[in-house]
Amino acid sequence: MYDMKALYEATSVENAIELRLEHPEAQIIAGGTDVLVQMREGKRAGKELISIQGLDEIRGVSMDENEAIRIGSLTTFSHITRDPIIQKYINVLGEAVDMVGGPQIRNVGTIGGNTCNGVTSADSASTLHAWEAIIELTGKNGKRYLPIKDFYIKAGTVDINVADGEIQTAVIIPKESYDRTAGFYIKYAMRNAMDIATTGCSVNCRLSPDKKTFERVRIAYGVAGPVPMRVPSAEAAINGKEVTLENIEMFSKTVLEDIHPRDSWRASKAFRQHIAVEMAKRCLIESVKRCGGDV
Amino acid sequence: MAQYKLVTCTINGKKREQIVDVRASLTDMIRNNFHLTSVKKGCEVGECGACTVLIDGEAINSCLYLAVWAEGKNIITLEGLMNPDGTLSDIQQAFIDETAIQCGFCTPGFILTATEILNAGVEYTDDELRKLLSGHLCRCTGYQNIFRAVKKTMLRRLGKDAEAELVK
Repeated sequence: MYDMKALYEATSVENAIELRLEHPEAQIIAGGTDVLVQMREGKRAGKELISIQGLDEIRGVSMDENEAIRIGSLTTFSHITRDPIIQKYINVLGEAVDMVGGPQIRNVGTIGGNTCNGVTSADSASTLHAWEAIIELTGKNGKRYLPIKDFYIKAGTVDINVADGEIQTAVIIPKESYDRTAGFYIKYAMRNAMDIATTGCSVNCRLSPDKKTFERVRIAYGVAGPVPMRVPSAEAAINGKEVTLENIEMFSKTVLEDIHPRDSWRASKAFRQHIAVEMAKRCLIESVKRCGGDV
Repeated sequence: MAQYKLVTCTINGKKREQIVDVRASLTDMIRNNFHLTSVKKGCEVGECGACTVLIDGEAINSCLYLAVWAEGKNIITLEGLMNPDGTLSDIQQAFIDETAIQCGFCTPGFILTATEILNAGVEYTDDELRKLLSGHLCRCTGYQNIFRAVKKTMLRRLGKDAEAELVK
């Protein structure tokens, strides 16, 4: 038995919004793989829950009329990994969420929950930052769209307006973001399964048609600061440059200008800085290969 | 005030109805109301995999799943894997043949995850298989035999009996 005060089961997105307005103190529960653990630990004990688990309308991946990839917030990690649209256009996201927890967690945990937690170590977060995902929130006043970097406010806090009854309903990847682009994610953790990232790095690039020049490189980290973050200095340093190992190494060293990891029980700041440089380099080399380039 | 709800679902092929406390986990409901005790209470935080069941063919940790979410779902526990004539399924028999069992606490969970893996009908590499099995802890550390049981069954289902015999 879980120590919960009450459970309200939403029957539709509109109903979830109504429930949220009626019970502003209640916690939203989607897949439950974080909320129920926290409840068991006592952190969320005695709370009311609004379950959105049954809302199949916000489950699944589709291509919208603007050719943007729309991932319903309740889509589970394993369904994202197996989805043909994801595999074709943003394979790295499927690979990144395939590193969350273990297989049974990935069959239940959702991308909406992963992002709404506001946790820097979330395996989807760095890739969604690096691909400039848009978060769709639905509330009593309709829909609101936020770039993911604005969605994360501080550690554990995201921009969801409870007073408007908002819930997250989709994660959107615009065409401009995934077009002619390929990426790579590295999760550094102590174990290969059931572990949380010491640091995660996601890089993607778009090369010129002759594959000799970086047209656009984007890089983001998890656990390099209190929230997942892009690394503008490194991106500015490599955009427009030739595809060479020297330039990639220069790029990877530049990341230290922007990231600010800390000492924690998982790893020291010095160690995180050290692996951050190496991860940036390896991720970009792999991204170049996936774009058909050569280093 | 305790809050209750009627849940209608299919468990091991039988249509079931049950009034549950909304605070109950699916593990609670399966063990306490249906006495299917192959579903173990281990860590209860989704790390050990001992409580694994199949929901609509996908392995999940029933400890991190509310019983009320079972509404309309098709649930399979280890008890549901037997063949209609009462004999064991191929994967259960393989666990016996390979001695993929020591204390037995992790076994039902492992077998259900193996069932999802095998039903995919894919020939996985060793590394892929290890990753697919990584959501379970065997504290007797009998992983090698478990791995072999799953791999041999995978190959046999793909008609590669000769190859299965060579798995070490």
